[in-house]
Amino acid sequence: MTVKVMIPSPLRPYAGKRDSAEFSARTVGEALGHLTTEFAELRKHLFTEEGKLRSFVNVYVNDEDIRYLAKENTPTKDGDTISIIPSIAGGCIQRRRLELWQGWDKVREESPIANLSSESNQNLKE
Amino acid sequence: MAAAAALWISGHLAEKIRAHGAETYPHECCGALLGRDSSVVLESDRGKGAVTPVREILQLFPLVNRRDDSPRNRFSMTAEDVGAAEKAAGEQGLEVVGWYHSHPDHPARPSEYDRDHAWPWYSYIIVSVQNGAPQDMTSWRLTDDRGEFSAEGIEIRHRAAV
Repeated sequence: MTVKVMIPSPLRPYAGKRDSAEFSARTVGEALGHLTTEFAELRKHLFTEEGKLRSFVNVYVNDEDIRYLAKENTPTKDGDTISIIPSIAGGCIQRRRLELWQGWDKVREESPIANLSSESNQNLKE
Repeated sequence: MAAAAALWISGHLAEKIRAHGAETYPHECCGALLGRDSSVVLESDRGKGAVTPVREILQLFPLVNRRDDSPRNRFSMTAEDVGAAEKAAGEQGLEVVGWYHSHPDHPARPSEYDRDHAWPWYSYIIVSVQNGAPQDMTSWRLTDDRGEFSAEGIEIRHRAAV
């Protein structure tokens, strides 16, 4: 069974600049396995060190999200197209550090000597 | 790794990113950067045969921050958002070459969380918004080994292509 894996622009530099690749595979997991064996540099951008798909990496078989099918065990049939689409996520700081920093600002406002500690405050922000 | 290409953006679009950050403050804003990678001959290199790789941002595709649980320090755009941005880019012969977001009351530097959720090649623009007023704007690219972000110089150009 031949399936086509579409390679998104950001990952093409790790896949010989190709925009797609075809593999013989019975499941999505097998197809991704072949992809990352042929293009080993791709692997770390799709999978964690523990071998799980990264949380922001979404995989579709003919427009169906595999999370709602059988995930990587989703069976494939001849002519299927597999797409890899990222969700884009990020944020300014870890929540715990944010709370710490906001707490520090309050201490600064209330303390008459806190202005002397502006250097420490800067470190906390970083 | 080769030095990152400069990121060219018009003053108008740079201002739109800042305005988006101010508008959603104290929440994070986010959106897609539509443009293309090209090679240009800089004025200073004219006649020398040298070409410089640049990434031009030619349009923005503002999106809604989908994180309603923690929008002050997190943003997310769904795969559907990404698909919509790619469709909009494709219709104009452009590509989604990166993403922008704001850091309310924090510096314009990527966090560990940003790094964990990034891919190389994309440009990630961050604008710091302090007390509602946009400040520094920086751009970053994830290194091939996912180890860190490297800073990418932003150049404000009114007309990107030379």
